[in-house]
Amino acid sequence: MIRRAKDIDEHTPWQEMTPAGEVYEAATARYVNTGAWRTDTPVLDAEKCRSCLLCVPFCPDSSLPVKDGKLVGIDYHHCKGCGICATVCPFGAITVKEGGQP
Amino acid sequence: MNYNERLSGNEAIAFAMKQIDPDVMAAFPITPSTEIPQYFAQYVANGEVNTEFVPVESEHSSMSACIGAEAAGARAITATSSAGLALMYEMMYVAASCRLPITLACVNRALSGPININNDHSDSMGIRDAGWIQIYAENNQEAYDNFLQAMPIGESPEVRLPVMICQDGFITSHALENIVLLDTDSVKQFVGEYHPEHYLLKKANPLAVGPYDLGCHYMEHKVQQAEAMKHAKARILEVAKQFEALTGRKYGLFEEYQMEDAEVAVLLIGSSAGTAKAAVDQLRKAGVKAGLIKIRVFRPFPAEELAQALAHVKVLAILDKAESFSANGGPLFSEVRGALYDLKHRPRTVGYVYGLGGRDITPEHFKDIYARLTDIANGGELGPVYTHLGQRG
Repeated sequence: MIRRAKDIDEHTPWQEMTPAGEVYEAATARYVNTGAWRTDTPVLDAEKCRSCLLCVPFCPDSSLPVKDGKLVGIDYHHCKGCGICATVCPFGAITVKEGGQP
Repeated sequence: MNYNERLSGNEAIAFAMKQIDPDVMAAFPITPSTEIPQYFAQYVANGEVNTEFVPVESEHSSMSACIGAEAAGARAITATSSAGLALMYEMMYVAASCRLPITLACVNRALSGPININNDHSDSMGIRDAGWIQIYAENNQEAYDNFLQAMPIGESPEVRLPVMICQDGFITSHALENIVLLDTDSVKQFVGEYHPEHYLLKKANPLAVGPYDLGCHYMEHKVQQAEAMKHAKARILEVAKQFEALTGRKYGLFEEYQMEDAEVAVLLIGSSAGTAKAAVDQLRKAGVKAGLIKIRVFRPFPAEELAQALAHVKVLAILDKAESFSANGGPLFSEVRGALYDLKHRPRTVGYVYGLGGRDITPEHFKDIYARLTDIANGGELGPVYTHLGQRG
């Protein structure tokens, strides 16, 4: 039986899968490419961004990574393109463009 | 270590629960199973068990609470009937697909409508495809014995499926009969403790239960469930052997009564078997080679074993205590008839739907059935294979 969630995919036979789809580890949501669901895409203008970080707690998918107190970009692997970040940004540093690609 | 008592079916189940002393019971009262949580709540109030009793607001909640408790690593039980089981419907599938070996005492009662509190099997038959093991009793002794075997079956790692222990409402649940009980130490030793490998409260082992399946995973998990149900058959027989060694009482997937040389036979589930046996005894004295099969385990369905047991029978009547409104016979009729199809020389079969909403079936009814079967065996017309029994008109 395969124990790690990231090693189970659409090629895994039923004999190798954990019973009932049980997941034996934490934080496996990081493996799921929810970014593929995106139909609109937020784009960050790094020059306008002052890293006030207001957008970060508003993001429902934890897709705004922060390093050393600074917003370092958008995690497109997980961002579903809801656009809340663009709405709450006081500086117009995030704009939403049509389509799933940044 | 065996001792004699007089208990109703509900008392017998509640007493078995007390002897097992499970971690959690979540239940909501409904006739005719109400007495089970009622008696058990007294054991809790008296400090006779260590169980956490969860008084819930509905059966959807009682099954949900059992699912949560069992996933957490506890041994959880409940009891219900009829509309209560129907209200659990959604969560019954969740319990089975999460492979949580909850034990449910089902006291069979008709479903509404018209509203009716008496016995038939429409409640548990309606939920037969939810993925639960289903074991049926003829009397209070079998209800007690089956309940003691439920956890060693369901909790076994190669099975991991929930188990329903069914008995007939009022006929079995409220009738006081002699019963042989095991002492509590023997029960505890036989049933053992519940030690799942993975559970939510195990700190060293983060676990997610019941995650979403995309199309690329769902079918694989259903195949796992189906395989577990196949494994359950062997486990049921293994546990029955251990139980026989302990008590001297023998159980199988079904009971065969006077089947060895039977030419005409009846097949049914539950308390009506007692009445049928009385009819078989009388017919045997008159020289009729009559036999009876009483299904104990309906899920997993003992198809190969039934075919083997029935291969020498000329004509078989299959009795359903539930309607399926297929206009073609009840669920037991369909499955048993299907099981016989690949036999080289298969018995001819007729189906009856009987006993709905507590309608009595008597030895005279059985004699009429056996007379028809004998007539067919002697070259008479088969006639309609889907008929009802015991109604006026």
